[in-house]
This record gives sequence, C-alpha cells and structure tokens, in this order.
Amino acid sequence: MPVESAFQPKIAAFCCNWCSYAGADLAGSSRLSYPADVKIIRVPCSCRVNPLFILRAFQRGADGVIICGCHPGDCHYTSGNYFARRRAALLFSMLDYLGVESGRTRVEWVSAAEGQKFAATMNDFAKTVASLGKCRRIGDLRCRTSES
Amino acid sequence: MQNVRELMIKKAGEMLSSGEVYGVLAWERGDFACDQTPALFTSPESLSRLAYDEFTAPMLSKYLINEAKKPNEGKKVMVFLKPCDTYNFGHLLSEHKVERDRVYAVGVACSGIFSREKTLLEKCLACKGMEFHHCDEVIGGEGKITWDKLDRFAGVEMIESMTPSERFEFWRGELSRCIRCNACRNVCPVCSCVKCVFDNPGSGVMSKSNADEFEENMFHIIRAFHVAGRCTDCGECSRVCPRNIPLHLLNRKFIKDVNALFGPYQAGASLDDASPLTSYSVNDPEPGYKDKAKGGERVA
Repeated sequence: MPVESAFQPKIAAFCCNWCSYAGADLAGSSRLSYPADVKIIRVPCSCRVNPLFILRAFQRGADGVIICGCHPGDCHYTSGNYFARRRAALLFSMLDYLGVESGRTRVEWVSAAEGQKFAATMNDFAKTVASLGKCRRIGDLRCRTSES
Repeated sequence: MQNVRELMIKKAGEMLSSGEVYGVLAWERGDFACDQTPALFTSPESLSRLAYDEFTAPMLSKYLINEAKKPNEGKKVMVFLKPCDTYNFGHLLSEHKVERDRVYAVGVACSGIFSREKTLLEKCLACKGMEFHHCDEVIGGEGKITWDKLDRFAGVEMIESMTPSERFEFWRGELSRCIRCNACRNVCPVCSCVKCVFDNPGSGVMSKSNADEFEENMFHIIRAFHVAGRCTDCGECSRVCPRNIPLHLLNRKFIKDVNALFGPYQAGASLDDASPLTSYSVNDPEPGYKDKAKGGERVA
C-alpha cells in the first residue's frame, strides 16, 4: 500500500536574538510542538534581515518566509523593528505583485515570554503555506526551470 | 521649442564668456534620427551645436555627479534641467552626491518628449507636472500638459487585479527578455552608488555580468528595492530598455505602496524630507494586515 505523505512546507523563520529566538526557546522548553520544517535563522535584530536574504531563501527552496522580532517599542536596539516593519511591508507587497502569494510571507512580533504564541504562529503559518503548496516561482523568474 | 533653444544658447554663451561656469551640460545632435545626446560645452563657439527639441529625452542630472566634482578652479558647471529632471537633481542634492554651490541649474520648458516613432513617451503621458524645483533660473516658463494625462498607477492596478499565477506569468514573460545590459542601472540618477552590488570587480571583462543564477533572477527586484522610496519616477529605466521591459511598473508599485502605507511622498521634491525607508513612525501599518489598528483582517 503506498504511503500517502502530506506535503511538508519548508519555512525559513528569521528570529531576532533578543525576543523571538528566546520565545522559540521557551516554546521548546515548555514542550510545545511546532512543525519541524520551520528552520530558524537567528539574527541580531529583525532589521538585520536584508531583503536579499528573503529572496535567497525563496530561491533556495523555501515555501514560506517569516520574520519574527521584538514587539514594536520593545526593540533591544530601540528602533530596529520599526525599520524592519517598513521594509517588510514593501518587500512582501512586491513579492505578492510578482506572483508569490501573500500567505507565504509574514511578520510576527514574538516576545521572549511568548512561547505559546511562537508555537501557535508557526503552526498557523505552516498550515497556510502548506495549503499554498510548493513555491518555485522566485527561483524561476527568468525561465531557468519549469515550474513543478 | 526653437525659441527656447535660442534662449538657452544665449544664456549659456553669457555664462561661459563671463567665466562664471567652466562648462555647460546640454544636448547635441546624436548619431541617429530624432536622437539628442548629452554633451558638455566648454566654449561659446561650440554652442551652435546645442540642440533642444521634442526628442530630447536624456536627463542630465546624473552627469552632475562627476562634473560638479572636477576642480576647474572652483568654477561652477551649468546644467539644463527639464521639469521631471529637477526631482532627480533634488534627490542627488539630498543624498549629497552633488554639491549645490558647484552647480548653476537652469530649468528649461518642456512640452512632452516624443519617441523616434513620433509618439509621446509613456513617462510623459503620465507626467508628474511641469513645476521646477531647486533651479537658479527658468527658461521658457512652465509648460502646459496639452494631452490627456494617464493615471500613473493604472498599469500597477491592472497587474494587482490579476491572480498570483497570472502576475507571475506576466513578470516571467517580461523579465525573461532581459539581456543584463545594465542600461536601466546606468541611466538611473538614483542608482549611482560608487560601489554597486552588481559589479564584480576583479573578474575583468565579466565585471558587469551576472555573478550567479541568483543575481540573474533577482536583478530587477533587487534594483527596484534599492531605489524604493528614492525613485523619482522619471521613467528613464523603461525608456532606455532595449528589450522594452516595463521597469517603471516595478518602481511605481513601490511608490504606490509608500504613498498608501507611509503617506504621500515624492522623492526629490524637498531637500528636508527623510526618505521612507530611512525613517519610521511608531504608527506604521503592520505588514500583511489591512488596517490592523482598526481590527482589519489578514490579507493572505
């Protein structure tokens, strides 16, 4: 009997060192489960996320990208997440414009005390991305491979 | 236009003979029909070659970056700016790429620029207006828009109304034509970093080519993002593209988003405004939500 395996989306999660990464830690030590396909990339601050990182993640096979940082007003570096918020708003809108569905990109503010929220966010995001299926579009903007 | 050209020659002649400026950035006849090309005039006698007509499309502000840096005994350089070019000039001033007191800026009247096929350029159809900014003087006065103006964002809205798959197919079709000639980058007054991410120094004749597949795929997105919030919407990128890729549709998407999310902004209009991506407000909208403050839904 063939084994029907559900599609597991690959998700790149950029987490800021001071809040969201600690939030992910708390989710782990609280024994909360979230999809193993969420690959966490630790960054010093959400504004360290160069837009090219996101494009690169999509090109290298990510199906969804999420940026997590301290809540607005709580940034360890005072204002980093405000800049990140503006950049992400523009870039994600542009990706949508190019045909990468807006469900594949997300910004969420998770503090170090919100392990619960971290797990819930990742579960919800993984579900949304899974429903959209594989994303090969960004890596294929110049017709190098056929869309699978 | 003929009248404006004579006034330009007169003014340039006066400035050169008096020694106030060492050179005049203007246009001369190019090699092809209906082709005016940028030129630097340094003597009053050479000014008879100066050309200005309805085919004079190139912008001159980018040439100021180098010209205004040359020592030339501290003399100024004179430049002719069309109304839309004055925004570019303002942008270069606000980023300190050009020193204001090394330039004598003269606005010249414009009545729309035509392509070689004798049709009004796309950028002129969606003209931003005929006002002059940051100029020392204006020749010919403010022009009038005598044609039916197109909505700048009509093209963007058309693409936004498509489904994601249609949008992707559209952009793949357009961007696949790119031959990476770098014309869009080289003509863009905003794209004037001393060191560009797309240059690969040390690779000889290959220094301007794609470093890898990532760069090949992403060139236009990266370039559009680098000029986001700084693009004055002069439309030169689309005009010079030899493959007719509508690059202005990428830039205008960013302009439309900036206006909608962070408030109306025109790059280059004022020297004091901070560009949208180098500033922020605590009340900025949350990415991915429609009016989150008002309890709006996630867009996805």
